[in-house]
Amino acid sequence: MTTTREPNKVLSQIEYDVIGTRPIRPDGADKVTGRAKYSADFTISGAIYGKLVRSPHAHARIISIDTSKAEAHPSVKAVVTGEDLPKTVIGADGDRPKTSGEIAADLKYLRHQIMATEKVVFGNQPVAAVAAATAHDAEEAAKLVEVKYEILPSVTEVRAAMEDDAPVLHDDIEMTEFGEKTGRKGNIADHFQNKIGDPQKGFEQADVIVEREFNTATVHQGYIEPHSCTVHWRDDDRIFIWNSCQGPFNIRDATAEVLGVPLTNVKLTPQEIGGGFGGKFEPYGEPVLALLSKKAGAPVKMWMTRTEDLEATGPSPGSYVRVKMGATKDGKIVAGEAELAFEAGAYPGSVVEAGGECVFAPYDIPNAVVDGYDVVVNKSKMAAYRAPGATNAEFASETVVDELAQKLDIDPIEFRLMNAAKEGTRKVDGTSFPRIGLVEVLEALKDHDHWKSPIEGDNVARGFACAYWMNAGLQSAVNLAVNSDGRVSLTEGSPDIGGSRASISMQAAEILGIPSEDILPSVVDTDSIGFTFGTGGSRTTFATGYAAIEAAKDVKQQMIERAALIWGVAPESVQMDKGNIHAGNGAELKMTFKELAAEMNDTGGAITGRGSVNPSGVGAAFAGLIVDIHADPETGKVQILRATIAQDAGKAIHPSYVEGQLQGGTAQGIGWGLNEEYFMSDEGRMANSSFLDYRMPTALDLPMIDTVIVEVANPGHPFGVRGVGEVNIAPPPAAIANALSRSLGVRMERLPMNPNTVMETMWANNGSSNGS
Amino acid sequence: MPTKSYVQTNINGESVEFLAEPRQSLLEVLRDTLQLTGAKEGCNDGNCGACTVKMDGRIVCSCLVFGVEAEGADIETIEGMASPEGLHPLQTAFLENAALQCGICTPGFLMASKALLDHNPNPTEGQIRWWLANNLCRCTGYDKIVRAVMDAAQKMQA
Ligand code: FES
Ligand code: FES
Repeated sequence: MTTTREPNKVLSQIEYDVIGTRPIRPDGADKVTGRAKYSADFTISGAIYGKLVRSPHAHARIISIDTSKAEAHPSVKAVVTGEDLPKTVIGADGDRPKTSGEIAADLKYLRHQIMATEKVVFGNQPVAAVAAATAHDAEEAAKLVEVKYEILPSVTEVRAAMEDDAPVLHDDIEMTEFGEKTGRKGNIADHFQNKIGDPQKGFEQADVIVEREFNTATVHQGYIEPHSCTVHWRDDDRIFIWNSCQGPFNIRDATAEVLGVPLTNVKLTPQEIGGGFGGKFEPYGEPVLALLSKKAGAPVKMWMTRTEDLEATGPSPGSYVRVKMGATKDGKIVAGEAELAFEAGAYPGSVVEAGGECVFAPYDIPNAVVDGYDVVVNKSKMAAYRAPGATNAEFASETVVDELAQKLDIDPIEFRLMNAAKEGTRKVDGTSFPRIGLVEVLEALKDHDHWKSPIEGDNVARGFACAYWMNAGLQSAVNLAVNSDGRVSLTEGSPDIGGSRASISMQAAEILGIPSEDILPSVVDTDSIGFTFGTGGSRTTFATGYAAIEAAKDVKQQMIERAALIWGVAPESVQMDKGNIHAGNGAELKMTFKELAAEMNDTGGAITGRGSVNPSGVGAAFAGLIVDIHADPETGKVQILRATIAQDAGKAIHPSYVEGQLQGGTAQGIGWGLNEEYFMSDEGRMANSSFLDYRMPTALDLPMIDTVIVEVANPGHPFGVRGVGEVNIAPPPAAIANALSRSLGVRMERLPMNPNTVMETMWANNGSSNGS
Repeated sequence: MPTKSYVQTNINGESVEFLAEPRQSLLEVLRDTLQLTGAKEGCNDGNCGACTVKMDGRIVCSCLVFGVEAEGADIETIEGMASPEGLHPLQTAFLENAALQCGICTPGFLMASKALLDHNPNPTEGQIRWWLANNLCRCTGYDKIVRAVMDAAQKMQA
């Protein structure tokens, strides 16, 4: 059978003039010519260079820090230690009010993570910092800081950290259980439970039950631009920061809190950002450089090495997940039970709650219970990573769902359709879904040429998995100003990680009825726009786009009023559509957008519009992935032969960049599934902290990634947008595992599924199938 | 402080002089001394390709070359890719095919892709993937990058 392969499909319900087209992104020319200024490209006269002094131990008491030799270095301008950070207390019990970043962090822990006092709790943790005339001098001087440690036993794995006799990281962590303090000290910071129906009764009704335990390795976001920043504590006591980050306001606020200064003393000017994926929401060097800058009286610049970035900035948790599900013989899932334990890194606050929300979310399960544990280990504090928590949780549940389908001899997509969550389906956390597009995603893939094509070759097999992610709304502000030539300046506070200048401008253009090229977007500093939560949670095109729509409506109304004033008619009689303004029945009074703009300055001045939103109608995201793999039974190596991902975008504003999100997420999910992991030494140090040894997929490891954009409008957005940035990372590990069960007959319970773990699993099964 | 050496080199067709410490990489010299910040530092150990430039006809990771090794060399960087007539067809193809998201890897991919097309004007998908395997992109999954290179190759042949 031959079919023509259509790599990218868009299943549109509604067409618009600008939305759904594929203009060149406004920042494109800068980014293909090398002109675009990223964080490390920023320069300011008089800058000196910072370097963090980091702990060689994963867990140790700090006995003493002697900075005298570093201070004596001829090029050194300033040295600081953790003692220089003010012991600010915010809130009655000293806690930082939740939450400024994507993941909540207690202020005292955030401060300690940034520069430790008393003890260190993860490898490469900063304990001091130096600033010198050149970057090489700073590096040299950092080595002159003498730190004496008393080494403590460390624990870097979640299950080991939960043991009663595990080394304890913090003596002030007391487990909270179901919202109550228990008095139990140790590494478990929190235990929560969500329950719906009667799981025990549910399992009694089941004809088939599958239960498995899964362990996944710690992975990193792996953005290509390491963390870097320049900070100037100026003589007027304002602290200027230039960095690349996902959340300029999030980092402004957190830096101010750590330094104990008023929020607006800090001004953050975001530079172009070289990827984030959730890992650039929290301050790392910013407060330290501020202290160095204050001491030295000069701007201080610093960029991390890849090793510092990998070991000491937020990875995504390693986890233990147990999933048990039961179904009747006619294919109805009747009960689920899950237990999730996630690494929080060295301080409490992992993404286990999100994982707990995701684990059963794609299905209508009447009886289910989910237990989650937040556990500290001697690794860098976990940060968000693209649908944080979803990949760990849904790797487990999608494997079990697949095995149920196999045991019941039902097609895997069909089985999911029979149980798919729909509008009104209640999740385990008690909330129910508004209109969602899971059924449409599943149907698009069931009908896809990839799913129907024959599977050919030895040890070649096909796997399927789907996933849910909740997406975020939160605050965004946009300002518009009409220029007298009819082009419109747009200011926003959302760093553009992957084409959002385009997707936001296009929404404003659609409302104003002008081409998207006539919108001139700028991402501005925190003094120049209203509070905008960071670029994350798949929220930017949704929420900042929403703000752009509101601002454009504001402009449109003022354009109508201005035309009415010029014509001497009532504003109610004036209309504006597709960029033309007209009044009267026979439309004898008419002007184009540009003609009105040209008269604007002489008829009352520039027209400006504003939009500020905190939208509640966040549209949940669903994606499904078909993969064909070849698995080598001799070596355990898995090669991806073909991949097709479908996702509900609600409405794809710029389909090319939506496809890009689907493809990029799939690639990261494949890396997570097959290769990526932190190797921890017995001493608790990351042993593979380089891109040579932390192996992310290259062009050679991947095939083309075909996409289907499904559009089930989100009722919570004027154009129906759902965020598209994250859910796509979650299906690959399970889809690959499900393919492996059909290729080599093994059910994988460990990530990554590298040749080692695949062979070990095969040997453990004596080469025989433990699948069905 | 180590003494600096005087280096005379050619960058994007212009004669350029600079002083460099022996420990400074070509990448550092380009970025910090010459303000040619189009080449990026992603790893500083030859594993990401963000710092890719062309040196005497070969693509190199400029983080693995010492600044002093540039003596007498012919170096091409991303800053020299567009001409007064406009963008190079590869640059246009990257824009039209949405082959960049964050864009930090883009200069490296463009330099490597240009070297590929100079050497093989009509590469297959597999040849493109093999050639670009030295360059990491964490955003795109490579699909649109590979398509952009094929698109540019086609347009350059026409
Ligand atoms: S910076 Fe040179 S290869 Fe990564
Ligand atoms: S576009 Fe971001 S790393 Fe390639």
